[in-house]
Amino acid sequence: MYSSRLTRRTLLQTAATTALAAPFIHGAFAAGKLTVGFWDHWVPGANDALTKLCHEWAAKEKVDITIDYITSQADKLNLTQAAEAQAKSGHDVLTFLAWAAAAQTDNIEPVDDVMAPLIAQNGKISEGIEYVAKQGGHWVAVPACVGSPTLPSCARIDLLKEYLGVDLTKMYPAGAPADDALAGKWTWDFFLTAAEKCFKAGQGHLIGVGLGPTNDSVSWVDPVFRGHGAAMVDQEGNITVKSDATRQVLEWYQRLVPYMPKDAFAWDDASNNKYLISGQGALIFNPPSAWAVAVRDAPKVAQQLWTFPSPKGPRGRFDAAVPFFWGTWKFSPNKSAAKSLLTFLCQRYSVEQTVAASHGYDIPPFADLHDFKTWAEEGPPKGTIYHYPPRGDVTMVIPYSPAPALIANQIYAQATVPKMIAKCTVEGKSIDQAIDWAASEIEGFART
Amino acid sequence: MADVVSRDLPVSAAGRRLSLHKFARRKSTIAFLMALPLIVIVACLVIYPAFYSIRLATLNKSMQHFVGFGNFGFLFRRNTFWMVVEQSVLFAVTAVIFKALIGFIVAHFVHNLPAKGQRKWRGMLLIPWVIPPAMSTLAWLWLFDPSYSAFNWIFAHLGIPQVAWLGNPYWARFCVILVNVWVGSPFFMIMYLAALKSVPEQLHEAAAIDGANWFQKIWYINLPMMRNIIQITALFSLIVTFANFDIVKVLTNGGPVDQTHVFSTWAFTLAIWGNDIPLGASVSLFMAPILAVAAFFILRNVRRRGSEA
Repeated sequence: MYSSRLTRRTLLQTAATTALAAPFIHGAFAAGKLTVGFWDHWVPGANDALTKLCHEWAAKEKVDITIDYITSQADKLNLTQAAEAQAKSGHDVLTFLAWAAAAQTDNIEPVDDVMAPLIAQNGKISEGIEYVAKQGGHWVAVPACVGSPTLPSCARIDLLKEYLGVDLTKMYPAGAPADDALAGKWTWDFFLTAAEKCFKAGQGHLIGVGLGPTNDSVSWVDPVFRGHGAAMVDQEGNITVKSDATRQVLEWYQRLVPYMPKDAFAWDDASNNKYLISGQGALIFNPPSAWAVAVRDAPKVAQQLWTFPSPKGPRGRFDAAVPFFWGTWKFSPNKSAAKSLLTFLCQRYSVEQTVAASHGYDIPPFADLHDFKTWAEEGPPKGTIYHYPPRGDVTMVIPYSPAPALIANQIYAQATVPKMIAKCTVEGKSIDQAIDWAASEIEGFART
Repeated sequence: MADVVSRDLPVSAAGRRLSLHKFARRKSTIAFLMALPLIVIVACLVIYPAFYSIRLATLNKSMQHFVGFGNFGFLFRRNTFWMVVEQSVLFAVTAVIFKALIGFIVAHFVHNLPAKGQRKWRGMLLIPWVIPPAMSTLAWLWLFDPSYSAFNWIFAHLGIPQVAWLGNPYWARFCVILVNVWVGSPFFMIMYLAALKSVPEQLHEAAAIDGANWFQKIWYINLPMMRNIIQITALFSLIVTFANFDIVKVLTNGGPVDQTHVFSTWAFTLAIWGNDIPLGASVSLFMAPILAVAAFFILRNVRRRGSEA
């Protein structure tokens, strides 16, 4: 007699057969879920362009995507990555600031398979950025095409013409290469003279550079040291701060500090922007965010602003970069979708849109993606940020490279170099005492 | 035998039900059950993080190996650490002394106000304490701002030289202590006011008949009667001030040249900016045993006086 009784075995067999025989149906979110933590962009509208791109990718790949924009204000981005690393849970894709990705090497998924085709397609990554993104011979994170700025000079055309007789629009013309003869004179020695002349003009329009503990201050001092061949630590981790080059730079700062705003050692990242936008400052080192705010809040000041590379020293011209990186945690349940999204966001098509939405603030890390029309067309004045991406003799560097990333991170985070400068300028210590102090601090940073 | 067992079962079950019923009706059990949600919250948000941070402080930088007290040994060899210790002590002790002093004086003023308007004054004086410190410190930052200080604007109009409030280490220390005193004094004021209200008026009347002046009344009556509250308030405030983060973080970020860093801000710099969480945990735990010993002695004195009374 045939029995129709349903046993556990027959149920499992039937289920397995049905599953194997069933056709693969591409459901609305067949490729699963993806949660992304992006940096909350300063520039209004930049997040919208990124969201649009992500949804375009998600619709094509059938992924249910959730995006959180995390501000870097009050270190929220750093706190988020530290918390997720501890909890072993969080976003599938997260934005890492500067050295944070390198510090999480053990926790994030290598992305060699993403980077190799991207480099072949978009050109090489600048050495300064590769130095952080590549740890132990592997790409640990993708250098982000969104939100990564450099800190070149942003100065007042009228004031520099009046006090120094320099026409910035001729030295770095919009839409054309720099005038070699004029740009060749834009050196750190000339910068010192400029600071003195601005100070002695007595109008209160000083060179607005800070020496506080925050990003802008810590970043702009590196091109000065690097331009003179001075380094805190070499590639192998040896302390190299005790050098004639360091002494030379500190002497240079001893001459510069009297011409700086007297509270420069208390400046934060907003201070230089405010100094420029208020109409006081003659020059700052900053991405074009200060100019963008001036366009909105102080249009007359904005009309006179021009962004161009940092001065050069005997060893070259460098612009400090503080890039973001996109990484995916090893514990992420959807790494393949994460890598697919990162690849999509680094396509020329995507990057052109995000650069335009950020009004040129974002500097793509790939060498062949510095030719978008946005930088030539943004204004007023038209072409003001044409020389913002590294062009000509400019090298983009992460401050304090080539020191091993974890030591450079500490030098940056603890603002060791601005403090060393403070020791031998406002604190009355000798140059050698300041250098000894810095060497002792760096010894501590090398702990494992 | 089976009969015995079957006869015993209902009896023991009933007994258990009775004792469970009794246990559930005990005051201590009810109190425990009612406090349980709070105990769970404290366990999750205070006790677990405390033990977790102790564990973190015993790991190496990459958090892969146990190093015992190695992080503390490393810190003790750093000049910056001892500078932070000195500054934290200076910050906390100075701020608590001024908060206590101002709170004591203001409490006496408010206590002597006519009852009708006293409530309004109490409310107004509590404002600095009830505003979230991060918000009020932001307002102070604008007053001390390196470039646009409102105080300097007034000085400029009065022909007084401008002050680098946050650019000069001494002025910067003054500013962070000032803001902490401004935020914390109302707490002392309200605690002292509550203590003053409990001092029997008859003692003051008797002292007045004996010819005591206002200072003698404060010295011989108010101070001894308020001693427990003063000590507990000072202890509580000392612990909170040592752990202060927001005021220094917003106002100076530890600068200039590290000269306003306190334990919490330096721990944050090391752990979050510098990606060295174990070292940051060690810095934040450094004061815990010292404060625990201080708390033990102060609370013991308070308990002794309580039992003497």
